[in-house]
Order: sequence, then structure tokens, then C-alpha cells
Amino acid sequence: MTALLDRKLLFVTGKGGVGKSTIAASLALHAAEIGKKTLVCEVDAKGNLADFFEAGDTAFTPRELQPNLWAMSMNTEESLKEYLSLQLRIPLIARIGPVARTFDFIANAAPGVKEILTIGKLAWEVKEAHYDLVIVDSVASGHIIGQLNAPQGISELVQVGVVRNQTQWMLDILTDPSRTGVVIVSAPEEMPTAETIELTERLRTETDVDLAAIVVNRVLPELFTERDEAIFERLQAPGTREALSAAVGGDVAPVLDAAELAVTLRRTRAEHLATLRAAVDPTLPLLYVPYLFTRSHGARATRRVAELLAEEL
Amino acid sequence: MSRKAARGGEGARTLEQLLATKEIVISCGSGGVGKTTTAAAAATMAATHLGGRVLVVTVDPARRLANALGLERFGNTETRVPAEAFAAAGVEPRGELWAAMLDTKQSWDDLVRRHAPDERVRDQILANSLYQNISGRFVQSHDYIAMERLYEIHSSGNYDLIVVDTPPTRNAIDFLDAPERMADFFSSKLLRWLTAPAKSRVMSVASKPFYSVADRILGSQFLEDIAEFFGLFQTMAPGFVERADAVRRTLGDKRTTFLVVSTLEAAPLHEAEHFIAELDARGLPLGALVLNKVLPAYLRRTAATGVARRLVSDAPQLAAAVPAAGAADDVARVLATVGESFLNYQVVAKREAEQRASLSRSPEVVAAVPYFDADIADLAGVLALGEQIWR
Repeated sequence: MTALLDRKLLFVTGKGGVGKSTIAASLALHAAEIGKKTLVCEVDAKGNLADFFEAGDTAFTPRELQPNLWAMSMNTEESLKEYLSLQLRIPLIARIGPVARTFDFIANAAPGVKEILTIGKLAWEVKEAHYDLVIVDSVASGHIIGQLNAPQGISELVQVGVVRNQTQWMLDILTDPSRTGVVIVSAPEEMPTAETIELTERLRTETDVDLAAIVVNRVLPELFTERDEAIFERLQAPGTREALSAAVGGDVAPVLDAAELAVTLRRTRAEHLATLRAAVDPTLPLLYVPYLFTRSHGARATRRVAELLAEEL
Repeated sequence: MSRKAARGGEGARTLEQLLATKEIVISCGSGGVGKTTTAAAAATMAATHLGGRVLVVTVDPARRLANALGLERFGNTETRVPAEAFAAAGVEPRGELWAAMLDTKQSWDDLVRRHAPDERVRDQILANSLYQNISGRFVQSHDYIAMERLYEIHSSGNYDLIVVDTPPTRNAIDFLDAPERMADFFSSKLLRWLTAPAKSRVMSVASKPFYSVADRILGSQFLEDIAEFFGLFQTMAPGFVERADAVRRTLGDKRTTFLVVSTLEAAPLHEAEHFIAELDARGLPLGALVLNKVLPAYLRRTAATGVARRLVSDAPQLAAAVPAAGAADDVARVLATVGESFLNYQVVAKREAEQRASLSRSPEVVAAVPYFDADIADLAGVLALGEQIWR
């Protein structure tokens, strides 16, 4: 299996709320820092990728945020214009301005058109080798299959025409596991785990795109070994609790309760981790990113997660 | 009916008071915050304490939650949560709890059946391959269909209270605008223009460049397929537009209220705030804010910070004071870990408290729900969550 960052195109997906954008941004930051010219592209219209770097807004035209790290946000209308001028060599783009708007309307309604414009642009960057690595902060897990299958779908729906001819090279890139892979971001909770397992299966049966890795985000640390947990339980006995409070010179109850809470939270999550591990191919890389007990979000958190990911890679 | 006749819900101090005056509750928020579970808990509490017939419509429930509600079959069918499930949870409800899931495809098919002008057009649309693709994604169809189903069920008059979970969207406000977008779509010039070539081969000068470009890109057969499909679809326009207007009125009705669900993490809370602002801008009623997975208040106690720090710094001496716990070295290690863990969680708890304090506007009813030990697997679990938000 090709190492994760040696691929050319990575689609980062996952259930809403698991930290998909954090992982995409951190992977990109890490790749850039080990010397790969990296493009990170935000596909969702939410427009908050920039928050993870605190380096200003991103647009369709990629911008270099720091050496080797470029960022852009997808815009299907811009993608269409670029496509028309690059692929079809259609002159006088100005004249087709209203056409592009109409096209956007069809793109909203007709199946796969928006997706193909998105995938097409990303695959184009790979084909032209403008970057060593393109990381896509992709759509959520419910929509990723549709997006990845767009070239196939279009080539089936459209029998003739330039679009049909254009889908083949995209398929070549997408279905090549040495170049393209999907990264599912999960969290050790019930719904993200269930959705990750379901998506793993759907990727295998409904697409020809390779699953490159699963990143489990926000893993809580194991507080005690079994032996230490027995000690912790003895500490909670009423007499011991009071003796400890007296020695510290303050009530230890909230501090012990907090540890109890941490143990419980970890235990519930460990069950979900076990479920996930049991359900996926044992050769698939599972990367664990611990929960961040820090005040920071934004660029500092992205950097911290990038360091943690680097340890796992 | 046991419900109070009062309308409006202004001045409600608890979720119980709020729901007693409402017929529709819409649960919204970003993904992963417990929106579906909160909707189920609110509905279960209403059925238990307020009585009447209460329906919860969920979009994509966790398997255990679905099982807890007895939703084993997928589909639009409304199923009554059996009395035994309540009995097992030790509760005798005053009313009935019903549950249903939202099946987008089936709902679209129902809609086509209702609005198609005749059987021939109906069958043509249902069989159209583009329709099959599009009913999954057309004009943010999930958003619209959720609101459409809500309207349909509400008009049936079968329920005293309907609690509806909203589909996961890129943007939580999308579904608020879905009825309007649907109406706009059907009355748009673009639709008429797009469908023109199916009716006549004569193209206007204006549309010619579009078709020549589109032809080169997509091929004329595909364009004709699109045109035929939209031509068929347009025959349903009058019914659709009227319906979308009615759905929109229902959202703004005073019997409707919105329940915004979030956690105290930055991103979901930011989205919740944005959603609240959008509700205000549209004159729609924000009923309650439910904050899930909130860490306990004792984590923020200043006195406990000092205690935790001492556990870390003076672990060996303190271990000597509790010989009953075990060997001094081992106990010292555990004490230091306990202290560090408290300080870690305190950072998160304080961050959460700051996030909460920074909310620029919140409704009168705000419920904070602590972390639960385990996932909700039965009705007792749903009720335990409900108790946290109800009064």
C-alpha cells in the first residue's frame, strides 16, 4: 500500500462534527513541512478552512499560506470557466458569462454536474502535477460516494460529447490507489463509528476508489492501568477520601469525581474503538489523534494535531 | 386533550411550559451535537407528562436510539412506541408516543403522485432515470422534503404535538429557505427557458450560444433528456408552488417553535448562534437552546484547582497519608494522575463556560445536559436525558 502522503490526491471525509476540517488542515500542514508542495482545497461551502490556518480567506485561485502550503476553496462556476477555457479552448469567455450562470443552474439540478466540476478541477491539478499532494477537505460522509462516482455516472449518462471524453483520465487518477485515496475521519462515539463502518463498506462495494486510512480523532487517554484503577477505587473509600482531604488541606471530592468521569468517558469510547477495529480490514492504517486538552483552536491547534498525526504516520 | 389552550409560549421558563403551548417543534443544529436524541427526549417527555398524541420524526437516528423507539423498519410509516417500552422504563405515560423516520425517496414519490396532472405524467416522472437520480439531491431536496412531510403530518390533525429532527445540512439554515427556493424554482424563467427546446425546436437568439456550448460539453441527447424531464416536472408547478407557500406559513406559525441544539465546542456553537440570528431575521420563534455534553460545574471550582495542583506536586508526601490505598509509590503515581486529569478537564470546562458566556443572544429556556456515561439504548435512557431538559 502506498504511504498516505506519497499519494497525490486525498479526500478527507467523515460525519459532521468529528473534526474533518481539522484533520485535513493538519495533514496538509504536516505534508508541507516535510517538503511536499501541498494544495489543501475546501469543498464544502462553509468557508471555515481559513480559520484553521488563521491566514485570511481562501478563494478559487490557490494562495500560498506558508512555504509549500497552498489553499483554495472550490467554486463550481469558476471551475466551469476554467474548464471551458483550458479544456475546450473556447474563446471569448466574456461572451459566455450568462451561459455560465445558466449552466450553474443546471449544475444545481442535474445529477453529477457540480460533482464533476469539483472532481475535475482536483484531478486536473493532479494530472498537471502542479503540486506533490492535493488534500481535499471533502463533503461529509453522506455525500462522498456521490462525489467520487460523478465521473462514472456522467460517462454513463452522457453518451457523446466532450464531457464523456474528459471523464476517462479523471477515472484513471481516481481509481489508481498509488495516486488517490480516501481518509475517513471518525471519533470514538456511537454515530461516527457506525457511519465510518458503513462508509468503509460502501467505498468498497460502490466505488473503485481506495480507502487510504481512518483517522480516529479525539481519543481520550487511558488514565489508569488495571492495578492503578484498584488503587483509585480504594482512594474513594470514605475514610481514605477524608484522610486525603485533610492531608491536602482541601476537599478532594471534585478532583476524584473528575477522574471517575474521565475513566467512564474513556471506557465508553474504548468500546467504540474496539467496534471499529473489529469491523475494518486489519491492514488498513488507523491513526489515533488524542483529545486536545488545550484552550487553543485555530492555527495553534492545527499545528498540535499535525505533530500528533506525524507521530502516527 | 390535556394540553392548555394558551398559544404563543412567550414567557415559558421551561421546556415543559414551552411545549405545552406548541404543536410543532423543530430541532436543529450542526451534525454530531445530539439533535436527534434531543428531539426524541423532548417528544418522550411530552407524551409522558403533557399527554395527547406526540410524534417524533427523525432523519437518521443512531441504531440504539431507533431501537429504543421501536423503529426497526425504515420508511415513512408512523409507529407507536409500545406501552411495554414505557413500562420497562418504569413510567406510565399520560399520552401516546409515536415515531417515524424520514424516507426522502418515498416522500418525493408521494409528492409526485399527489401533484402530477394525470397518471401518464406521474408514471413518466417516476420512471425517468434523471428523476431517480435527482430525487436524492434536487434543489437540496432533503431539506424541502423534511418540511413538506412536517406540513403533511400536521395537516392530518392526527397529532397534538410533532417534534421533527432536521436533516444534516451543510448549513443548518438551508431548510428554512427550502420552501421558498422550491417555489422560486418552479416560477423561474430559467425553468421555462430550459424546457423550451422540448416543446419547440426553434431557439431564440439569446439561448443559442448556451445550447451550442452545452451541446459540445454534454452532447445533445443528454440535454434533451434534461429538457424532457424538466418539461414533465413543470406540469406539477401549480400544486408545488401552492404547497411550498403553505409549508413556509407553517414554519412561521405561532404554534411552531424552534429548539436549537449545540454542544459548547466552538464550531457547533458558532453555527447555533448563526442559526439563532437567522431565525430572528426571519421573524421565526426561537423556543429553547439545549446544550449537550456539558462538563460538570465542579470542574471549574477554584478551590479544587489548588487541591489538584498539590496532588501533582506533593504526591509522595500525600501518599504517605493514605497507607490504606496501597504501596506509597503506586499511590503517589495515581494521585499525580488524578490531579493532572482534573487540571486537563478544567481547561476544557473553563473553555466551555467562556463559550457559553459569549453567546450574544439566548432564549429564556436554556437547558444544559451533562455527559452521559453511555449511549442511549432504551426508553429509560431517553427519559433520563429528557429529565435534564424538561424543567
